[in-house]
Amino acid sequence: MMKRGFQLKNLDQELAQFQARVIVGAVFVLVLAGILMGRLFYLQVIQQQHYHLLAENNRIALVPVAPNRGLIVDRNERILAENYSAYTVEIVVDKVRNIKKIIADIGQLIEITPAQIRHFRKLQAESHEFETVPLKSKLTDQEVAILAANHYRLPGVEVKSRLFRNYQAGPGMAHVVGFIGRINDADLKRLRAAKLGQSYAGSTHIGKVGLEQSYEKVLHGRAGFEQMETDSGGRSIRILSRIAPVSGSDVKLYLDAKLQEIAEQAFGDFRGSLVALDPKTGGVLALVSRPGFDPNLFVDGIDADTWKELNGSPEFPMVNRALRGIYPPGSTIKPFMALAGLELGFRTASDTISDPGYYSLPGSSHRYRDWKKQGHGAVDMHKAVVQSCDTYFYRLAVDMGIDKTHDFLARFGFGSKSGIDLQGEATGLLPSKEWKMQRYKKPWLLGETVIAGIGQGYHLTTPLQLATATAMLANGGRRIEPKLVQAIRDPVTRRWVAQPVAVREQVALQPAHLEMVRQAMADVLKPGGTASAAAAGAPYAIAGKTGTAQVVGIKQNAKYDAKNILKQHRDHALFIAFAPAEAPTIAVAVLVENGGHGGSTAAPIARAVFDYYLLGKLPVVKHKEIAIESAAD
Amino acid sequence: MSPRRISYRFKSIFKHLDGILVALVCCVLIISATVVFSASGQSTARLSGHLMNMALALGIMVIMANIPPHLLARVGPVLYGVGLILLLGVALFGEVRNGARRWIYLGFAFQPSELLKLALPLMMAWYFQRNEAILGWKHHAIGALLLLLPFLLIMRQPDLGTAMLIGASGFYLLFFAGLSWKIIVGGGTLALASLPLVWNVMHDYQRQRVMTLLDPSSDPLGAGYHIIQSSIAIGSGGFLGDGWMKGTQNQLDFIPERTTDFIFAVFGEEFGYVGALVLMILYMGIVARGLVIAARASTLFGRLMAGTISLNFFTYVFVNMGMVSGVLPVVGVPLPLMSYGGTAMITLLLGLGMVMSVGTHRQLNKS
Repeated sequence: MMKRGFQLKNLDQELAQFQARVIVGAVFVLVLAGILMGRLFYLQVIQQQHYHLLAENNRIALVPVAPNRGLIVDRNERILAENYSAYTVEIVVDKVRNIKKIIADIGQLIEITPAQIRHFRKLQAESHEFETVPLKSKLTDQEVAILAANHYRLPGVEVKSRLFRNYQAGPGMAHVVGFIGRINDADLKRLRAAKLGQSYAGSTHIGKVGLEQSYEKVLHGRAGFEQMETDSGGRSIRILSRIAPVSGSDVKLYLDAKLQEIAEQAFGDFRGSLVALDPKTGGVLALVSRPGFDPNLFVDGIDADTWKELNGSPEFPMVNRALRGIYPPGSTIKPFMALAGLELGFRTASDTISDPGYYSLPGSSHRYRDWKKQGHGAVDMHKAVVQSCDTYFYRLAVDMGIDKTHDFLARFGFGSKSGIDLQGEATGLLPSKEWKMQRYKKPWLLGETVIAGIGQGYHLTTPLQLATATAMLANGGRRIEPKLVQAIRDPVTRRWVAQPVAVREQVALQPAHLEMVRQAMADVLKPGGTASAAAAGAPYAIAGKTGTAQVVGIKQNAKYDAKNILKQHRDHALFIAFAPAEAPTIAVAVLVENGGHGGSTAAPIARAVFDYYLLGKLPVVKHKEIAIESAAD
Repeated sequence: MSPRRISYRFKSIFKHLDGILVALVCCVLIISATVVFSASGQSTARLSGHLMNMALALGIMVIMANIPPHLLARVGPVLYGVGLILLLGVALFGEVRNGARRWIYLGFAFQPSELLKLALPLMMAWYFQRNEAILGWKHHAIGALLLLLPFLLIMRQPDLGTAMLIGASGFYLLFFAGLSWKIIVGGGTLALASLPLVWNVMHDYQRQRVMTLLDPSSDPLGAGYHIIQSSIAIGSGGFLGDGWMKGTQNQLDFIPERTTDFIFAVFGEEFGYVGALVLMILYMGIVARGLVIAARASTLFGRLMAGTISLNFFTYVFVNMGMVSGVLPVVGVPLPLMSYGGTAMITLLLGLGMVMSVGTHRQLNKS
């Protein structure tokens, strides 16, 4: 009995203990439930706005819409740079965890070449601030369809319609129009500094070279925005609102694409440059730098091999010779020297010297030779220009002194940037005593003045500077900044708005002096002149001056084969001219690298340009002959 | 059998159901069906699958409620034995998936740790019931051993989450069986003190999960993504919620696993704090009813089982909601009666069926 009673009591006690534990358990549950509800209260009531905002950010993507880039057209509104849209497959890098795998997945659907993957990697490394990186562009309709059908399997992969740039005018226009390329980190930094990050929000490309670069602001426009509802894979569900992008403005050039083409062809196989200006406006009618390159190669990023080939070529196709090639002006400086002699009172037109075929400084036996060994005999200023007498200009330079020469020539734009609307123009070099002291810490030598008289020595000029100076002879001394762009189309009214003509300086010249020099230049193209052959049969008068430069222009650190070394040692041929001589509407400067004599290689190129510009005449057969000739030797 | 007899039988089947529990469970299941429908993007296929699972699980619950506890108790040692053998099998020649050896192939891939979730409490309750009259510290020690064997085997797999849940259920049972407070407090202190040691033994991915919990933004694309997105969903729901099928986090696919483990994020977004409160009250009702049944149970086995199953049920609720709202690490535990998925649904309703059995077989036992 005792034992049983004890057990019963024990069981009761146990039950009581159990019930106590159930209460403890219930309290435990309540405490934990309280913690959970507290946490939920914090999330849902206290922090609701914060999380609501995060959810909205998740849901709504502000998708920038890239503006249409403005077109570039020539003076006849022939298109030089245009847009076309094509589909690209792009990867939203932020949303893809395993990029390698997703590329492999895409590769199973459409063809992806190893080069495209390399290119993708390069773009990804270069522009890591961008969310989407293109893998393959210009997809075919079939590829677009395949990718669209498999969209759900490829989160973070987008097929987008993108605008591409096409330069249909060919390699000759590359140095003028330039090209656009993908925005890299350096570009982005610059844009941010200029507070243009917003405008470029949807853009992937930016002007890198040429007009595309210098008129970037005008051509680009401003990005628009679309508020999109997107799902977690970044796929857009619907558009909530939209701010339209502002298209870039079209740009119209002074340049005549056909004229440019004719000038190109006239060069044949020669390297060199031509700049043709409208002397009234400073408008660039043609700007040639040979050889050119295909700008389309750069738009989507150039591959390494092609770049090496272009950049390492001994012909330097990437250098814009018109702006950056610096050459001694040679005898083309003579009309300017003559004008200086007249203007500064060192010569009258009738002052005559006797040319024995050389010039010696007083008290020195050293002979500075004329190109004509036996000399030109009695030479006045007119004859000196027409026959390009060196002796006459040796003496004139010594009489004027280098500093007066420098100051006069500087007003024609030698030794300073012309102010053309392209970037990267070279300054050239117009020597003076002060310059030499600064540069070499040595005094100026009189002998250096002598050769400066015929455009040799330190003096270096770009074809563009030479053309600008020639235009000043044609327009009566007005120094106008050369411009490629004549008008910009207002994006709203669609009307062309003319760009102002930028006159820098009116150099006061005695009309009689100018007339004297111009007359002499006209006679250069007449029988007895150094370029008479080039003007044969022209129904209009040309005024010009030939030149030969003994110094090779561009860097000399590349290897050449034997044949090229010979060619390389030849002189550069120069020719400056304007036409019609009495009322000029076009002024040109031509430089043919290793072209020999200005009258025989450079002047015919100018003639071809004049013929088309003034008469609309096409010199089709002629350029072929030139090509055959040069191939023969 | 006469029709009357069949009708009697039929009625007697429902006699063993607990009205309060059934009503609470059905409320949660109705909520679950609406949320799964929304979370699956209005998939009727998903919904009908879910309803089928519910029907099957409810059927099993009814069957369990009709099995008297003393019969259930007998199954304990068998299930436990089989489970332990399978766990050993896993350890020796189990299949490795995602770096963990959790599965064994028995004609189909099977995770024995799931079996232990029920087998362990059954075994322990059976053992304590057997020794009810002379229950002392020795029995508690053996009970702890019964707990430790599967716990350590599952830890080794490694499957920390399941091991903790099974450990918790074993602990609840020991607790209800009267484990001394001294041991509980002492053991708890010891456990806290050994946390650094546990950290050292933990696998990299486990540490990663803990780190992610402490600072989800440290890995916004990896594991942190789950926590960040579910927190955003719950938080953006606010007090009243975005409305059924209107949660943007849900509809636009930002919530991962949103019909299964993360279903509470969908619910929180669309039904807000008010919805969460209602759901919590329903869960608390189920737990409270279970504890009341435990307190009233006539046998030790019944008390222990009903109490343990109730606390276990709540543990799943707490672990899941804690994970989804960002206070616990990500452990693959579904939200009881809410998440899509047949296995969990069946296991949970099977357990609640046992509780009902304990509750309704009380009088029969006494008589």
